[in-house]
Amino acid sequence: MPRVLLIEDDHAVRDGLQIALTYQGHTVDAVESGEEGLARLSADPADVVVLDLMLPGMDGFEVCRRIRASGDLPIIMLTARNDDIDVVAGLEAGADDYVVKPAQPRVLEARIKAVLRRTGGEQRQAGTPRPEVERHGDLTIDRDGLVVSKQGRPVSLAPTEMRLLLELSASPGRVLSRQQLLESVWDQGYLGDSRLVDACVQRLRAKIEDDAAAPVYVQTLRGFGYRFGPL
Amino acid sequence: MTGLRKLSPGWGLRTRLLLAFVLLSVLTTIAVAGVGYRTARNTILKNTQDNAVRELTSRIQLLYPLPVGRLSEDMLLNAAGKLADRDSDALVTAGTVSGGDLDGAVISDELKEFVAQGRIAWQRVDVGGETRLLIGTQLRLTTSKSRVTEPSGIEIYVLEPLETESADIASLARSAWLTGTGAVVLALLLALAAARSVLGPVRELRRAAHRLGEGDLDTRLTIHGTDELAEVGKTFNTTAESLQHHVGELERMESDARRFVADVSHELRTPLAAMTAVTEVLEAEVAGLPEIAGRAVRLVSQETHNLTRLVNDLIEVTRFDSGSASLALDEVDVAEAIGATLRARGWVDEVTTELPAGVRARLDPRRLDVVVANLVGNALRHGAPPVRLRLSVAEESLMIEVTDEGPGLKEEVLPHVFDRFYKADTARSRSEGSGLGLAIAWENAKLHGGRLTAANRQQGGAIFTLRLPLNPGGDA
Repeated sequence: MPRVLLIEDDHAVRDGLQIALTYQGHTVDAVESGEEGLARLSADPADVVVLDLMLPGMDGFEVCRRIRASGDLPIIMLTARNDDIDVVAGLEAGADDYVVKPAQPRVLEARIKAVLRRTGGEQRQAGTPRPEVERHGDLTIDRDGLVVSKQGRPVSLAPTEMRLLLELSASPGRVLSRQQLLESVWDQGYLGDSRLVDACVQRLRAKIEDDAAAPVYVQTLRGFGYRFGPL
Repeated sequence: MTGLRKLSPGWGLRTRLLLAFVLLSVLTTIAVAGVGYRTARNTILKNTQDNAVRELTSRIQLLYPLPVGRLSEDMLLNAAGKLADRDSDALVTAGTVSGGDLDGAVISDELKEFVAQGRIAWQRVDVGGETRLLIGTQLRLTTSKSRVTEPSGIEIYVLEPLETESADIASLARSAWLTGTGAVVLALLLALAAARSVLGPVRELRRAAHRLGEGDLDTRLTIHGTDELAEVGKTFNTTAESLQHHVGELERMESDARRFVADVSHELRTPLAAMTAVTEVLEAEVAGLPEIAGRAVRLVSQETHNLTRLVNDLIEVTRFDSGSASLALDEVDVAEAIGATLRARGWVDEVTTELPAGVRARLDPRRLDVVVANLVGNALRHGAPPVRLRLSVAEESLMIEVTDEGPGLKEEVLPHVFDRFYKADTARSRSEGSGLGLAIAWENAKLHGGRLTAANRQQGGAIFTLRLPLNPGGDA
C-alpha cells in the first residue's frame, strides 16, 4: 500500500487524518513541520506527500518547492477554503492537487489514488500499437518507459506533468478542454478546479518549451482549452 | 411656493424670475413713458392750438371794416384769401353764401353749432391721412351806439397744418418706445444676473444633494456669503457630516460583525477538520458497536457533516461579503456542466432535463455547479416531483429554469427566499440545509453579472430562474 507523508502542524487534524488514512490501508508518517518533513523524506522516501500550507517556520510553499526541486514526488496540499491565492501559489510551487479543509477522508483518498495513478504507466489498449518512441519536433516521448527527452536530453517531469503531456500528445492537433483534462488527468471532471490544469500547463511549458511565452508544444486555444502542436 | 407652482406649472425658477422682472419693467415703462408722452403731447397740441387761435384772431382784424349789406361770393372768397396763407385753407360763410378753398365737408356739425353760438371753437380733424387743426369763429360787429358786440352771421373756418407738431409728437413717441425697450432689455439682463446669482448656488445644492444620495458621503458645499442660501448650504454640510459619521459607524459595526463571523468560521474549521477525518472510521465501525453506542456514533457523524457544511457555507458567505470571492472563468459547454452536476449528486433519474447541446458560455464551472446543485436540491427537498430543469439562450445570456410541481412559495416568503438563514416554515427541521444555500446561489449569480429570481408558476409549483451572461465582461 502507498506510503503517505503527512505534514500538518495541528495535532488534532494530524491525528485525525493519520487515523483515517491508516484505516484506509495507507502507511502514514505524520510530522508537524516542514523541516521535519524534508528530513524524513531524505531518510525514507514516501509515495505521496499531503502538505498543509499553513505551517510554522518553513511554510508549505517553500516545502513544496524544495520537494519539487529534488524529485518528482506527488504533492497534495491541504488548503483553507477562502484562500484562492494560496491555491494558485501552491500550484505554482509545484503541488499536483489540493484538498480543501475540512477534508473528507474519502475525498483525500480519491485524490491520492488519482495522483498515484499518474506515476504508473499508461494502460496500453490492445490493438492500438504505437511506435516505441514518438517524436514531436525536438521532443521524444517514450510512453512505455515514461521518459521524455528534448534534443536527446531527458526532461524531469512530475507525475502530473507527465500525465498531462501524454494525454495531450496522444492526439496531436486536437483541442482538449480543461474539463476533459481534469477528467482524464486529475479524475475530477467538471467539478474540478480548472486552475489545476492551467498551473500544470505553465510548469510543463517551463520544462519543454524553448520559450514558455510563445509555446509550440502545448498551445492555448483561448475559450476552448489546450492542444498539442501542430508543430 | 405652492401658490407659485399652481400659477406656473412646470416653469422653472429662472423663467419665473425673468417673467417677473420683464413684467415689472414693462409696467413701469408704460406708466412713466406713457404718462410723460401724453402730457408732452397735450402740451404741444394746446400750445399749437392757442397759437393758431391767436394768429387767426389777429388776421381777422385785417377783414375789418366789414362791408355792409349783402355779401357776395367774391367778397367772401377775398376774405378767405386774406385769412389763409401758404399752408392753411380758409372758408368764409355768410348765410347760404360761402367762399374759400376749404372743403366744407370736413367741418363737423358739432363745430358748426359752437360757431353759430358765436364762440370760437377748434377741432382736430383727419384730412387725407394728416391730422390738422380746424378753427372756426364768427365775426362780431360792434354797433356804434353801444360797445356791445353781436354776431355778424359771418363764419370763418381755417384749417391749419399740424405737421411740425405731429413730427414732434412722433419723435416723442419714438423716444418713449426706445426708453421702454431699453428698460425691458436692461430688466432682462438684470433678471438673468439675479437668476444666476440665486440659481447658481441652488443648482450646486441640487448636484451636491444628488451626489450625497448616490452614496458620495464626502460631498460638501463651498459656502459663499452669509445670505439665506449660504445658510441652506451650511445646513446641508452639517447634515452630510452627521450622515457620514453615522454611516461610517454602521459600516464599522457591520464589518466588525462580519469579521467576527469570518473569524469564528475559520476557528471552527480546524477542530472540524479533525472530526471530519475520523467520522468515516467511526461510521465504518458502527456495525461492531453496541446498539446504543452505534446510534451515538451515527448522531455525532451526521452532525459533524452538518456542521462542516454550515461552516463551509459561512466561510463562502463571508468571502462574498468581504469581496474576496473571484471568478475562475472558463469556456464551458453548459449542458455538459449541468449533466456533471446532476451525475455527481445522483440526481440524473430524479430530474427531467431539457439541455440543448452546444450552448457554450464563459463562466466559473464550479460556481455554476453550486448554483444548479442548490436549485435542484431545493426543488427536490421542498417541492414535489417532477422536478424539471430547462436550459435556453436568449439575448447574450443563458437561462436555466428549475421548476417543481409542489405547493410553490407563499407570497410572504417570496421576497425573502434568498435571505440568509431564512426559514419559510418555522417548523421545518434544521437538518435539511445550512440555510445559506440559496443565498450563496444568489451571490454566485451576482458575481457572474447575472441574476437569480424566484417565482410561482401559474400552473402551480415554484420556478427558480438563473440568468447568466454568455460572455461576462465581453472578454473572449
